[in-house]
Amino acid sequence: MKYVDEFRDQQHACAIAKAITQEARSEHHYRLMEFCGGHTHAIFRYGVQDLMPPNVEFVHGPGCPVCVLPIARLDQAMQMVEQHQLILCSYGDMLRVPGGKRRSLLQAKADGADIRMIYSTQDALTCARDNPRQQVVFFAIGFETTTPPTAVAIKQAEAEGLTNFSVLCNHVLTPAALGAILNADEPLNIDAFLGPSHVSTIIGSKPYEQFAEKYQKPIVIAGFEPLDVMQSALMAIRLLNEGRSVVENEYTRAVTPEGNIKAQALMNEVFETRESFEWRGLGFIPESALQIKQEFSQFDAEKRFAVETQAVMDNKACECPAILRGQKKPMDCKLFGTVCTPENPMGSCMVSSEGACAAYWSYGRFRVVA
Amino acid sequence: MCLAIPAEIISIEGDNAQVSVGGVKKEVSLALVSDVNVGDYVLLHVGYALNKIDAEEAEKTLQLFNEMSLLNIQPGEGV
Repeated sequence: MKYVDEFRDQQHACAIAKAITQEARSEHHYRLMEFCGGHTHAIFRYGVQDLMPPNVEFVHGPGCPVCVLPIARLDQAMQMVEQHQLILCSYGDMLRVPGGKRRSLLQAKADGADIRMIYSTQDALTCARDNPRQQVVFFAIGFETTTPPTAVAIKQAEAEGLTNFSVLCNHVLTPAALGAILNADEPLNIDAFLGPSHVSTIIGSKPYEQFAEKYQKPIVIAGFEPLDVMQSALMAIRLLNEGRSVVENEYTRAVTPEGNIKAQALMNEVFETRESFEWRGLGFIPESALQIKQEFSQFDAEKRFAVETQAVMDNKACECPAILRGQKKPMDCKLFGTVCTPENPMGSCMVSSEGACAAYWSYGRFRVVA
Repeated sequence: MCLAIPAEIISIEGDNAQVSVGGVKKEVSLALVSDVNVGDYVLLHVGYALNKIDAEEAEKTLQLFNEMSLLNIQPGEGV
């Protein structure tokens, strides 16, 4: 496939790996946090870590929206569909995640709830048009990549006068999460970041500049293909060697400094920042999520279908908070691979295939003795 | 979750387009992009084109990889 195969080429991978080995200084240990689950997935799937010299280490960040969604928000969706007898449309990613009583949306569906897996917000609109007598709620999750399609759907529902369509909004903001990691109380053991690829196609590379400068950490916007990740690692190592804390962009074929202005305008029209939002594993982060603006409140499922939910604590032994901040590895967790597996995830890093623990488990990396 | 894949635009009708993803045809929304034409490649995510792929920039990145590979192969050495 064009723009995919070329960026997975083995010969090029060997060349970049060699350049990294030559340029990484032996006296320095480079800890690079890849922000996105997409990066984590590429690193494990293609064995990128194995091509690195011992002093270049990837640390896995919090950029997986399925992972960081608090259980209480999932319970809210589940109770909404069951208490209000409505149709819940959800991306497939959320269906297998266990809720408060270890019950997933798939199990709720098996018990009779009308839950439909959709690919696009357009499918949710079609569902609302096809079922005019029933209320249809779209369970919206995701970072800035996935937010504009939700905005389009709300605008379209308004234009069409669809009164049976609304959105349970859980969209979160990437720069806020990056800020929370950089601003942690404990000293941060990360040298540089590989920045989001498709989030950045929307928001551009500019929003990261403040973090690079304030916290003196280089950030390289990195594509999701293995060669993109490796080239970005090389760029980050060069920046560290030169002592330059700036934002560089490896993913120039899709990311510009300004991003997608049209998509940003749509998001700003429909959404506003929430005062605070809980991230599973990271806790409450101020101004880290979006809510639907008052003028679109007829499409806000949270306002239309009230349900009571209780805060749900993760297992005390779960090390996800430390893993998401790059302080621990999955193997440091007592639950990893014992009670916590992709079939029975206990913590956020195991619930989606993009989470660090799920990647270690699925690709058998935990069996490698360092 | 944020995965997006390159898709080639086959035809455009209003705000929608027919795209080819490695040969598989699909209807997608163009509501988030402007100035796209038949033959362009876009990044496809949850049924929407997120952005046009800049062919020139992609070529520059690949050129960089090619140069590194050429430097990497010593005379008489295989890959």
